[in-house]
Amino acid sequence: MTAIERGGRPHRPVSARQLSARGYLVLSWVVPVLLLAGWEAMARFGFIQPHVLPAPSKVALTAWKLTISGALPGDLGVSLIRAAVGFAIGGGIGFALGILVGFSRMAEAVIDRSVQMVRAIPFLALLPLVIVWFGVGESQKIFLVALGVGFPIYINTVLGIRQVDAKLLELGRVQGLGTRELIRRIILPGAMPSILTGVRFALATAWLALVVAETIGSQSGLGFLAMDAREFLRTDVIVLTILIYAAIGVLADTLARSLEKRLLQWHPNFGSRR
Amino acid sequence: MNAHAEVATASAVTVRSLRRAYGARVVIEGLDLRIARGEFVALLGQSGCGKTTLLRALAGLDPIEGGDIEVAGRPAVVFQEHRLLPWESLWRNVTLGLDGADARDRAEAALAEVGLGGRLDDWPRNLSGGQAQRVALARALVQEPALLLLDEPFAALDALTRIRMHALVRDLVDRHQPGVLLVTHDVDEAITLADRILVMRDGHIAAEHRSTEKHVTPEFRARLLAELGVSSDRD
Repeated sequence: MTAIERGGRPHRPVSARQLSARGYLVLSWVVPVLLLAGWEAMARFGFIQPHVLPAPSKVALTAWKLTISGALPGDLGVSLIRAAVGFAIGGGIGFALGILVGFSRMAEAVIDRSVQMVRAIPFLALLPLVIVWFGVGESQKIFLVALGVGFPIYINTVLGIRQVDAKLLELGRVQGLGTRELIRRIILPGAMPSILTGVRFALATAWLALVVAETIGSQSGLGFLAMDAREFLRTDVIVLTILIYAAIGVLADTLARSLEKRLLQWHPNFGSRR
Repeated sequence: MNAHAEVATASAVTVRSLRRAYGARVVIEGLDLRIARGEFVALLGQSGCGKTTLLRALAGLDPIEGGDIEVAGRPAVVFQEHRLLPWESLWRNVTLGLDGADARDRAEAALAEVGLGGRLDDWPRNLSGGQAQRVALARALVQEPALLLLDEPFAALDALTRIRMHALVRDLVDRHQPGVLLVTHDVDEAITLADRILVMRDGHIAAEHRSTEKHVTPEFRARLLAELGVSSDRD
């Protein structure tokens, strides 16, 4: 206190507790590792019943066994194909409608309000109806994924096109660009950040839609693997599928990020600086 | 010398009794203007006098309600903002709207002319304000326009950069010989750059001056300011 009043150097006891950047990084990993170790120990010593939560080592072993037997790769493949097909269909329709509405006031008047009204429905609420329409086959799952994917792509495409700088459009006209060139060189690149945001959202919803769709009446896929395991109280398999869902979600997000990095090289918030 | 005189007499733009209106509000009425190739014309005027409206009409950006504009070829425009496409490299920016296989070579030459020769593949975000405006100039001149429209292109630059840009623009115009219309509200800029100065007021050209060396006197400057409605120091 007196040191400060006399104008001397105030000491900062806080600094004693500060770590280096690497120290924080290590610390941020210590906690999850400890949790995992704790979980393992609790399971091993019988504090957690195996049918409630199996030990992590057991889950890893199960993953290995299911991989060897081919069950896991097969179901994973089925799920990924469903997600990809649903994403392609929903994304394609959403993007096409977004382009149409983004460019044409007429198309906006005709299409946009209806789309916005349908969008107000949480798409998972449609599940019972979708099952009535499609049963519980492949089309039900693909439809649900496509539905979840279509809206974010549509909305962000429209938004992106509308947000393209009017001054750049004017410049394009001054430079004598035709409509095609205007779209290719100015409108699409200008809308790209927004469209890619839509893609990232869509990847997340696609995955969510798939989890829900596969949980109901599946004969294959990750969701089937989990529901089948439930019948036999195989919590190790259930935990495994949950972890795989999480891993693929992270992977999809990484994919979207790398796409952003490639396509938005020019953008100060994305690409690497040169 | 002969060829030069011939170019100088060719018209870059001819405007006859132009009329521009936004709804009921008439912005330009009965305006006549001719700019020859190689001639540098500055258009002075207070904000809202219609000078930018005139430039936009000449650029073909806005429709006109009456009269007649005759431009030799497509005019090139440099705006107050550089308007570079952030997602394209400098050479792609310079050749926007340009066809042909030699586009990159032409961009290289144009960028070299504005002192940015080695930066063809650089991004606009790595440029300073003055550099970006120089690229915009290169983009305009690479089209070899008969008419170059400059809409306060130096207004956003700092004073020193502006002086350098003045010299560069004067030099480029001497070399490429387009007719130039510079819209500005900077009297000194107009005096420095232009062969002819027009003062615009209430939608028409209220005064016109030759701006050769012998006219550039404090009195000339004071007169221009007075015509712009700025009282001189002696008041």
